[in-house]
Amino acid sequence: MSAELATTRADLAPSSTGTRLLDLAERHRVLLAGLFLLVFPLVLPFHALAIVVLTYGLYALGFNLLFGYLGLLSFGHAALFGGGAYLCGIALVHAGVPWWLGILAGTLGGVLIAFLIGIIAIRTRGIYFAMVTLALAQCVYYLFYQAVDWTGGENGLRLPSLTTINVFGLQLNFVDSLTRYYVIAAFVFASLFILSRILASPFGAVIEGIRENEARARACGYDVSRSRLLAFVLSGGFCGLAGSLQAIHLAIVPVEMLGIETSGLAVMMCLLGGMGTFFGPFVGAAVFLVLENLVSVYTVHWQLVVGVVFIVCVLFFPRGIWGSILHWSRR
Amino acid sequence: MLAALTPDLIAMQLFTGLALGAVYVLLSIGLSLIFGMLTVVNFAHGAFYMIGAYVGLYALSIGVNFWVALLLVPIAVGLIGLAVERVLIRPLYGRGIDYPLLLTFGLGYVMIEVVRIVFGRTGYPFDTPELLQGAVDIWVGYFPLYRLFVIAATAVVLIGLYIFLEKTSFGLIIRAGARDPQIVRILGVDVSKVWLIVFGIGTGIAGLAGLLAAPLQGVAPEMGATILAEAFVVTVVGGMGSLMGAVLAGLLVGVVVSMTSLFAPEMAKVSIFALMAIVLLVRPQGFFGRAGLMS
Repeated sequence: MSAELATTRADLAPSSTGTRLLDLAERHRVLLAGLFLLVFPLVLPFHALAIVVLTYGLYALGFNLLFGYLGLLSFGHAALFGGGAYLCGIALVHAGVPWWLGILAGTLGGVLIAFLIGIIAIRTRGIYFAMVTLALAQCVYYLFYQAVDWTGGENGLRLPSLTTINVFGLQLNFVDSLTRYYVIAAFVFASLFILSRILASPFGAVIEGIRENEARARACGYDVSRSRLLAFVLSGGFCGLAGSLQAIHLAIVPVEMLGIETSGLAVMMCLLGGMGTFFGPFVGAAVFLVLENLVSVYTVHWQLVVGVVFIVCVLFFPRGIWGSILHWSRR
Repeated sequence: MLAALTPDLIAMQLFTGLALGAVYVLLSIGLSLIFGMLTVVNFAHGAFYMIGAYVGLYALSIGVNFWVALLLVPIAVGLIGLAVERVLIRPLYGRGIDYPLLLTFGLGYVMIEVVRIVFGRTGYPFDTPELLQGAVDIWVGYFPLYRLFVIAATAVVLIGLYIFLEKTSFGLIIRAGARDPQIVRILGVDVSKVWLIVFGIGTGIAGLAGLLAAPLQGVAPEMGATILAEAFVVTVVGGMGSLMGAVLAGLLVGVVVSMTSLFAPEMAKVSIFALMAIVLLVRPQGFFGRAGLMS
């Protein structure tokens, strides 16, 4: 839902305080997100949880660009997330580059993998796109799994643990979890800003137009395939960045990061938070990871929770948490 | 190594590929049947396959004969499929095309986790039934009898399915419903009941495939996840919704896997995805798919 549409509707209806507040939030969404990122680690029980909320939230955000805004359902985003993590790790371990260059390598890696998957998968649509991306992600899994010399195969890739990192000449203590959080939050903030600009740009309007009515978008003269590929590649950039941050945070890239469950996580978080909404992916990631944290105290079978969240959201709660808040307040 | 590549060895590998392909055929024929009717891709299909193997394991452990299990397992798994369609998928008809995908994907998680809770996280070996142990001479060499049996059982299922679809009046309704459910409904057929039964048949065949594959690879909660991706490859290569395509592509994919594992073992897993990529680039609708369905 675009901000313009929301404001016109708010102008017509007698606007309540809640509506006005939400419109304000929508208009200054990046600023609001920045303020939230500042205080977020203080409300969670421990900082490591806040960090994984950020990395998974960014991953779900990349997925949301494709599914929520363009309407393409991919079950293969683990290839972008895990692939970015591996390429960041490989750059750090085998090429010995500084941390920021590793993150750049991982981001570009996500872009590259998205491009390669994209040129094949974009030829299909709807259900087929979901099937083909799932299959191609499995292919990426095998490729990384078998390149043992580069990736460590089954054992995963161990990264050199960063103790201090150099930020523009400033030596930061990366072992301190709060410092680590804010470094990662800076990347997330930048991503939110970029995403906000992408969505506000003409291109953002085009991809939403394709989602709503593909034939009409094509008739208006937009190159649908190319827009799809570009959105997929951009999504790959966000997911690759998220993977790189995750790799640096955990100091290991487990091979499961490329698995089908990881692909499912992005879909589930997006569904839970509200697909096609700006804050939805982060809301979904935060709610799910906090829930997982609580559940895993009692049982190891937390994947059951993932499945149940899927089923309940699809059957009864398709708007997701943030999407429902937006819907109720605008009614 | 290359010196050992005799025509006999290649022929043997071809048969191994056909046995592997038979399992793919059973899985993707169920997928295609369900898709052709309900336009739903069952992302829990791999989980139904896994459930089939576990139901078989349980049946054998309480002393049920393997041959009886061959009948019981598809029925039991099919009944689960019926319940799933009735309770979970039916409310989604008429809503977006992505919702059944999302739901069945999540259902796969639930099924895998329930199996982990009941049977534990580690897998089990699955003994080949005594009557089917050993190897038989198939002119080019000795071939495991059980693999021949898998090929034969698949052939029996296919012939049965063919007769059911082409020669019975209920099969006629299914074929008509796949073409135009609206007209069939107007003619006074309860289409939702037909969809229910088709979903049950598709998942039942997946359960049978799981049981047949169990002696070849053992049973584990994760056994359905990897084969799901491979079944998707088969379905995409063969053409969505086409039963003929599912059969040919399943056998082709099986042979491609076994041939690459002979010549370049490290590429065996990746080869079928390369095959899918080539098919998508050259003929996006697959071998037997209707043109335009994919784009």
